[in-house]
Amino acid sequence: MKKQDFVVRFAGEGGQGVVTSAEGLAQAMAQSGYHVQTFSTFPSQIRGGPTWTQTRIATETVLSPGDELDVLVAFNEYAYENHKDDVAADGVIVYNQGEFEIDASDNVLGMDFDELAKQTGNNRAANFVVMGALAQLVELPLKVLEDFNRERYTRGRPSDQQIIDSNNMALSLGSVEADKSGLVLGEIAEAVKPEGEQILVNGNIAISLGATAAGLDTFVGYPISPATPILLWMEQNLVGEGKFVYQSTSEIESITSIVGAGFAGKKAMTSTAGPGFSLMGEGLGLAWMAEIPLVVVNVQRGGPSTGLPTKTEQSDLLTALYPGHGDIKLPVIAPGTVEECFYAGIMAVNWAERYQGPVVLLSEHAMSERRQNIPRPDMSKVEIEKRKTYEGSNGYLRYDGFELSPMPIPGGSGAYIANGSEHDAMGDTTHLPARHIQMTERRFSKLNLLNDGNFESENESAKVALVPWGGSKGSVLAAYNQLVNEGLDLAWYYSMYVHPMPEGMLAALREKDLVIVPELNYMGQFASVLRSEGIKAVAITQYTGLPFKVGELATRVKDLVSNSVAEGVSV
Amino acid sequence: MTLKNPEYDFKWCPGCGDFGVRRGLENALEKYLAETEQPTENTVVVAGIGCSGNMVHMLEKEQPFGIHGIHGRSLPISMGIKMGNPDLNVIVVAGDGDFLGIGAEHIAPQAMRNLNITAVVMDNGVYGLTKGQSSPTTDLGVITSSTPYGKMEEKVHPLRNYLTMGVSFIGSTISNKVKDMSDMMYEAMSHPGFSIVHVQSPCTEYNNTYEALKGSVKKGIEPLAYDIPEGHDPSDAEAAQEVVNADGIPLGVIFRDTSRPTFDQRVKDTTGSKEMKSVESLIEGFSI
Repeated sequence: MKKQDFVVRFAGEGGQGVVTSAEGLAQAMAQSGYHVQTFSTFPSQIRGGPTWTQTRIATETVLSPGDELDVLVAFNEYAYENHKDDVAADGVIVYNQGEFEIDASDNVLGMDFDELAKQTGNNRAANFVVMGALAQLVELPLKVLEDFNRERYTRGRPSDQQIIDSNNMALSLGSVEADKSGLVLGEIAEAVKPEGEQILVNGNIAISLGATAAGLDTFVGYPISPATPILLWMEQNLVGEGKFVYQSTSEIESITSIVGAGFAGKKAMTSTAGPGFSLMGEGLGLAWMAEIPLVVVNVQRGGPSTGLPTKTEQSDLLTALYPGHGDIKLPVIAPGTVEECFYAGIMAVNWAERYQGPVVLLSEHAMSERRQNIPRPDMSKVEIEKRKTYEGSNGYLRYDGFELSPMPIPGGSGAYIANGSEHDAMGDTTHLPARHIQMTERRFSKLNLLNDGNFESENESAKVALVPWGGSKGSVLAAYNQLVNEGLDLAWYYSMYVHPMPEGMLAALREKDLVIVPELNYMGQFASVLRSEGIKAVAITQYTGLPFKVGELATRVKDLVSNSVAEGVSV
Repeated sequence: MTLKNPEYDFKWCPGCGDFGVRRGLENALEKYLAETEQPTENTVVVAGIGCSGNMVHMLEKEQPFGIHGIHGRSLPISMGIKMGNPDLNVIVVAGDGDFLGIGAEHIAPQAMRNLNITAVVMDNGVYGLTKGQSSPTTDLGVITSSTPYGKMEEKVHPLRNYLTMGVSFIGSTISNKVKDMSDMMYEAMSHPGFSIVHVQSPCTEYNNTYEALKGSVKKGIEPLAYDIPEGHDPSDAEAAQEVVNADGIPLGVIFRDTSRPTFDQRVKDTTGSKEMKSVESLIEGFSI
């Protein structure tokens, strides 16, 4: 049987071409119709340091980065030592003989990457040497990579042809080396082109595209890993009359300036990560209190404090829900796939406009770096919302009543004071108990406008459910599929709408004997949120800075289920 | 708040300098809107937290838009409003604690951008609303509720700081000179760029500086405040430096630079003149 699935990890030093190799391979394979997903992790430094990127190529949608490696490409000895144990029993290690030596064995292919590159006349062709070898190992026609090379380097520059020729030569040199070694992984099955047009994007870009599609006007952000690419994308692309994109001097400036923009009638957004999100707490409270639409994207990383800036974690859920002091609970949308990132970008802006308040979009490091082919979004099916604005005469009571009311926009009629102090219907400060009751209930009642989120469910009759959230969705789904195939009676529920969560999903989960929540944090944050909703939720936690491995997770779910059965939960 | 609002129970203390500032601001705003033929609702008053921030609720004439935000952040809030809609007339009202203490980090960036707004800073040298703690402009050694043995840091020199930071219009005035103050605020609103009107606005309850500012012939007290001599050229940066370096409180327009483009103009000329790609074509860039 041909290989349906192929996982290759490139590991080395930052600056050695680790990331470009992995992404180049992903791009090339996606172009020829395969499904791809990349995963990157690197240290928090500009150059150097141990870096690795993994590319998974398959004939079906890729759910997770892959537990075991078919090929490890080791650029240096440190990388070899640290990653060799992740190679599958029948996997292959390709290593850079110019850097170090390992004892020859059945599954090792040594090549001098740089020396071979030099032979092509292009010292930077080492990536293509490696790709050529990989192609040979899975019997992929070199033409697939040659086509990618030609497309990638046809840029209208005089040097184009020279680079294309040298890269093609590098491909064949690498391929010959692999051929000489006699190592074979097995032929990769032919690509089954996905139906419909595809695009290849990562999570950060998908969020940026979604928010832009939703009609974003203003974006103010401060550089912070792993959210910076969103700021850079906006700086580059959100241009033209009436648009304002700016790098601020702090996250406090970011949040308060988008409060101003939202108040002025604009669709406004910022993006940040843990430390910046902490600084935004007071500003988010103001937006909630004064009823001002805006969106904050929090691309989670390991915390607390500076934590793990370039590693993944799902530990900001509670702070996303409750970022400020006082009675406040923000709407939170946490996309679970790169495709969902696009729609989350749209829905976050729509929700902010609809309920006139702040919305948090929770992504995470693993998603921000995950490059994946997704169906090209169909803009004709996207609904864009705008806040209800006030068009009447002056003397308007902006905060009258217990429910949402139309919002006046400066420059138009209905002047009022947007007030972070408790206020009366005109927006003037007040301390009357009746007003605090009215305004508190008014703010919470507006959340009822956001009950349109959808959810996924499978095998609903099972008494035990597996319920992931956010970026762990793919790995958990892969584990779920495996467990169901093994005969476990397990239900699946998932929604990217974490708060407000779809009523139907909450009701279904309340009926379960056990709800298992795999999540990347110590405290079991989502499980605790579900328990506060009257659901018997138990977390499976991991706090390594890395995503779940499917096999390990499946085992932990099985163990939890059998222990629960021992304790009397019926399955 | 145009009408007497029975629910709003905040009051400035009798004799508070902020009463005079209100009159000056209302007069300046009225004149500016008439001159520029703008309706009142084109104005947004952005307030910080403190006695001064309550200005936004205390305005008695036709109601402009207002935002009463969080402590120290009136400048970045005003940036979002102004850059969201550059046609709006945006005025910040803040006190010395709000503007020079917790919010100090926001002055220099707006000066470098030359954000086209006017900030009215009411300086009383004390935290009034929290009942008399020392502020950045409290003198060294002064005993307050938070400095029971005397203040241990030197006071901030706001006018020197504004000039060093590159604020393009700097005026200094005092709350009892309503006509002068109003004229200065009008000039500040008309100025293309970041303008600050720094007002000595004494707190009669915790730091009554009227006598020190105005002096007393009877008691032989020399006034701290003095009019900047006629003939001072505010477009002369060196002359402005001399004014802010001198002792005492100079009254008048200290510095005015109209040569720098405003922030909204910079944006208009840089990214504003680019054509944005359609969402479809942005997506197309990632097709495989």
